[in-house]
Amino acid sequence: MEHIIKPILIIVGVLLVLLTLAAGLIWVERRLLGLWQDRYGPNRVGPLGLMQVLADMIKIFTKEDWIPPFADKWVFVLAPAIIMVAVLLSFAVIPFAPEIFVVNLNVGLLFVLAMSSLSVYSIALAGWSSENKYSLIGGLRAAAQMVSYEVFMGLSLMGVVMLAGSFNLRDIVEAQKDIWFCIPQLPGFLIFFIAGLAETRRIPFDLPEAENELVAGFHTEYSGMKFGMFFVGEYLGIILISALTVVLFFGGWLGPVLPPVLWFFVKTFFFICMFILVRATFPRLRYDQLMAFGWKVMLPVSLLNLVVVGTVILAGGF
Amino acid sequence: MINSYLPVLVILLVSAFIGLAIIVLSTVLARRNPTPVKLMPYECGMDPIGGARRRFSVRFFVMGMLFIVFDIELIFLFPWTTVYDKLHFFGFVEMLVFVLILLVGLVYVWKKGALEWE
Repeated sequence: MEHIIKPILIIVGVLLVLLTLAAGLIWVERRLLGLWQDRYGPNRVGPLGLMQVLADMIKIFTKEDWIPPFADKWVFVLAPAIIMVAVLLSFAVIPFAPEIFVVNLNVGLLFVLAMSSLSVYSIALAGWSSENKYSLIGGLRAAAQMVSYEVFMGLSLMGVVMLAGSFNLRDIVEAQKDIWFCIPQLPGFLIFFIAGLAETRRIPFDLPEAENELVAGFHTEYSGMKFGMFFVGEYLGIILISALTVVLFFGGWLGPVLPPVLWFFVKTFFFICMFILVRATFPRLRYDQLMAFGWKVMLPVSLLNLVVVGTVILAGGF
Repeated sequence: MINSYLPVLVILLVSAFIGLAIIVLSTVLARRNPTPVKLMPYECGMDPIGGARRRFSVRFFVMGMLFIVFDIELIFLFPWTTVYDKLHFFGFVEMLVFVLILLVGLVYVWKKGALEWE
């Protein structure tokens, strides 16, 4: 009986923690942005403004939930759910600690890449089904941007797979006992992090929802909780990319003294803060710069990284 | 083997349930007060000019094609990485040839101007 109950408990626990974190991150992001931009951020509702999240949730649920009469109804309604499901699914293979994981797949890394790339459907369908010019342009931009950066994201992870000799995320963490992969794979880490920013459509790459040219991009026509689900999806995406960075480049749960889960969360939280710091620091790129940067800089560099890792492994370096 | 994918199925069902529950809940809880102006597509406060089903830049299509080409080449590299330490020098040279072909393709696309957004 126990071997059935334990996985179910873990699944429910992981989903609950993730959704709570995604909601809490909105508060964390607003507070940190306030800190870095020399203002307060939300600090009125409850201690430190923590209840702001709850207040926002109640508000967003009771907001007018309108489905445009001109939109493609079913696609319009389902699109926000797709992004949530796709990102939550990718968490299935993330090992949070030696004992805490939903499933241990031998193709773990491929599974994550496959599932996280499904979220492009959500954005493209949302933009297309809204029948609004801004939404259409936003959705198209998002689709082109996300598929482009997916190529480099996959390529940048090859070095890690070569060093660990496995796609299994647990094996990859175990392989970092001696040295975290961020040191031999520094270029891979940088490419992955930049590609991660583009995949989650965060600020230097948030062209799909550039508010000063596209109103709100692909979710212009969305309101109420459907709009909120895109945000939950975005924050889940940030958590996913941060967790993956930790697993692949920063030794996952490995660390002295503290329990493994705590190490995992501390490291992941650090990278989430990095995401927010990037948002507080950088201006938005132009779309042609974004695409040119991807195909003309990132792709050659990640191929070069692959060749260099191959050479060093062949020479017996690692 | 199939058994190990069971938790994936469970997490898919649970997260799909959560997603649908949120949609249903928001439909039940939300108020509705439509007015003719509210029912128009949003376009910066004025009446929309034309529909959204119009032509868009062919560049997006080119990007889609490039993605398919390069992603499939990527898929060929994935299995190679896992057996790299068993292939030794042979595997390395093979990879070099493969990456070279990829680079030639990239240079061709570049020179043809498919990467420019004007």
